[in-house]
Amino acid sequence: MKQNSRQPLVSMTGICKSFPGVVANDCVDLELYSGEVLALLGENGAGKSTLMNILCGLYRPDAGEISVRGQRVHIGGPRDAQELGIGMVHQNFKLVDTMTVLENIILGMKNVGFVPDMKKIREKVLELSETYSLKVDPDASVWQLSVGEQQRVEILKLLFRNAEILILDEPTAVLTPQESNELNKVVHRMRSEGKSAIFITHKMEEVMTFSDRVMVLRKGKVVAGVNTASTSPKELARLMVGREVLFEIEKKPFAPGKPILEMQNVCALDDRGLPALKDVSIQIREGEILGIAGVAGNGQRELAEVITGLRKATSGSVKISGKDLTNAKPIQVINAGVSHIPQDRSQVGAVGDLSVASNLAMKEYRKKPLSVAGFLFPKQITLLAKRLIESFNIATPSPETRVKFLSGGNVQKTILAREITACKNLLIAVYPSRGLDVGATESVRRQLVAQREEGRGVLFISEDIDELEQVADTIAVMCDGTIMAVLPAGTADEETLGLLMAGVRPSNLESGATHESGV
Amino acid sequence: MKVVFEKRKNVSTTAQVLVPAISFVVSLVLSGIMLSIFGTNPFQTFAAMFKGAFGSINGFSETLVKTIPLLLTGLGVSLAFRLKFWNIGAEGQLTLGGVAAAAVALFMKDFVLGPSLLILAILAGCIAGALWAGIPGLLKTRLNVDETLTTLMLNYVAILFSEYLYYGPWRDPHGYGFPGSAPFVENAWLPRILGRAHVGLYIGLALAIILWIILRRTRWGFEISVIGASPKAAHYLGMPVERNIMLTVLLSGALCGLAGAGEVTGISHRLQQGLSIGYGYTAIIIAWMSQLNPLAIPFVSLVMAGILVGGDQVQLMMGLPSAVGSVMQGLILFPMLAGSLFSEYRLKWIPADKGPSCAKGEA
Repeated sequence: MKQNSRQPLVSMTGICKSFPGVVANDCVDLELYSGEVLALLGENGAGKSTLMNILCGLYRPDAGEISVRGQRVHIGGPRDAQELGIGMVHQNFKLVDTMTVLENIILGMKNVGFVPDMKKIREKVLELSETYSLKVDPDASVWQLSVGEQQRVEILKLLFRNAEILILDEPTAVLTPQESNELNKVVHRMRSEGKSAIFITHKMEEVMTFSDRVMVLRKGKVVAGVNTASTSPKELARLMVGREVLFEIEKKPFAPGKPILEMQNVCALDDRGLPALKDVSIQIREGEILGIAGVAGNGQRELAEVITGLRKATSGSVKISGKDLTNAKPIQVINAGVSHIPQDRSQVGAVGDLSVASNLAMKEYRKKPLSVAGFLFPKQITLLAKRLIESFNIATPSPETRVKFLSGGNVQKTILAREITACKNLLIAVYPSRGLDVGATESVRRQLVAQREEGRGVLFISEDIDELEQVADTIAVMCDGTIMAVLPAGTADEETLGLLMAGVRPSNLESGATHESGV
Repeated sequence: MKVVFEKRKNVSTTAQVLVPAISFVVSLVLSGIMLSIFGTNPFQTFAAMFKGAFGSINGFSETLVKTIPLLLTGLGVSLAFRLKFWNIGAEGQLTLGGVAAAAVALFMKDFVLGPSLLILAILAGCIAGALWAGIPGLLKTRLNVDETLTTLMLNYVAILFSEYLYYGPWRDPHGYGFPGSAPFVENAWLPRILGRAHVGLYIGLALAIILWIILRRTRWGFEISVIGASPKAAHYLGMPVERNIMLTVLLSGALCGLAGAGEVTGISHRLQQGLSIGYGYTAIIIAWMSQLNPLAIPFVSLVMAGILVGGDQVQLMMGLPSAVGSVMQGLILFPMLAGSLFSEYRLKWIPADKGPSCAKGEA
């Protein structure tokens, strides 16, 4: 295309960066032309974020050169990057909750003066938000804003600093489809104003809708750089993973037994005190995987937390194996044989500062042979750990290695190993394969199915419709805290599910097809 | 050649021992510089300090006298620190423990006979310390009030309350006007082992071992380690987080209260000035130097007590201010905090010639 004849706006050559035990970037070359949107595609751990953190000055490369507008530059810190017009919206927003939007926008800026002229700043911010249709109340405190609005503040922050090159790290991961569409418009608007953007993703559809060009990273290396128009999602998937992505999981025919989980009209509030669950009624039987489909943040996490006793139900009832456990303590639910793979792995599911062995023992430690009469036997803990590390294929230097040094996939395997070992009745898995590479994803799915074959019930929360169709027996679609429909897997097409996820009940479902499995 | 910090995969045990040891040496160097500025020979001063603290039976027994409260408060403080409950109120808990023990010894001597008076006094000291720590504990677990502020401020309340007692209602009528309570009856005296050093030393050593066993070899200890590292995860795993925090804080306060009870029943045999002389604050340094390991605390306490006694000695012998000891203690903390980096990170040398060699080959 015509860009190739021009001088690149940014060019990174031979970038290498390694962390203990991992080569995150191995001689990566990247070129960005002005007025283009470049997608950086790759699995987790492929080195996308590392590369972008180097560009925005958070990391320094072990080797390699960076040029901006034809000039070789040394980016020693975020401020250098800012002066070059490079800015990044991180996955976890860097905003101060208690400050207003305006305050956040000027926070850390040098040239606003000791007493900033807020009137002028407000005018400029309003002008920017008008130009790029980034609607947000400049005087609202950040904690009052939705995730989508916070993202807009982050983008405004960069535009206010005259950023020409915007880096967006998995920007849609936290957005609803509508918000993603909005963001898409914003990005295109910025492009037409002559700005450039790099956005990091591992979703193929986004690459297709957002970008002009796509660069695929695998294991720290560039495997392809192509124009988006001349490629397909399927080809990208193959490039990203390194092999054809197509795997089937064998399942026995669906033969559900007695009910294990019965939820009746459960309501609950979210962390901000707003309704998160509205009259949710679901049922899971022995040998059944109930998949919960929906855009993240529509009450899925709260659903799992209410069942496991981590969140109070404001009304309704939760029964596990016929026993009423509404608002029971977490320990009572655990004792009822319920296991939980939580959404937040690093903060809740695992304890990074403790060893793999300790993490694996965090449920079994209450029982023989790990403890007798309150006394603990470290040898037994090591034995258990060695056994689970082997059978769940956890890649760790030793049982004594602290969990925070494991890769995301192995942290998840550690949690999985512990929870499945403790599981007697019901396994609750919240986005268990999120962010995992293909191999780890496959092993997680197989483990869920294995629980089903053992006659246990599985509550499987996922955003990935293909994954749900493949693993689940029954699919319940959740939107805005309500169950839109409950359908046997494989009976609804993607479009119907998509509409349900967006809160629209298609006409062909009105007549009795819902709640079919609630027999 | 480039030097970078690299994160360690396992906490280095060598570093855990070396960092406090090297910090101690660094503090000696820094103190040496300070002493040189005063115009004294640092080597002579250190030798005098060492001789003063460990060179004679008399000096050594005084070092042990100071080791006991440091050991007990050090254990107490480190226990709370394990849960990231920053109990800097050991001083107040110690003081109130002393007050409660004194109350029993003074006012129950006619009702409780024999050595049970002593046991009761000590128990009262433990309970008082526990309750005094329990106030910030409750405020923290129920209302999420910052414990660093509450524990610190309650120190002043406890210290001023004790002063009120021995200047006021508890003042010994036969004490020639000196501030201080009447002496305890002998039934409330803690037996001594060497000089003024009392059996509190054995109690402290035994508690150090028991605490190590509890922390490393019991289910409760395991829960404490999980809660300390991540309360959210502990809650999710069904562990009683708030109850365990409360329990630990009470225990922490009880150990500090025990230190106070030991001081009044073992050393002064009355409630008087000099009960609160900063043991509770030194305990914070001890807890960090020991890396919260109960088995290390007795040794570190002994060293710190030695520095205190040595400081007093150089005041007598060389005319230096006794604060030399306190300054040295303070100087240990800085290299300690800086050095703790090395138990998490190690230095890695990268040769300079590893340039962007790959760029040419593939571009």
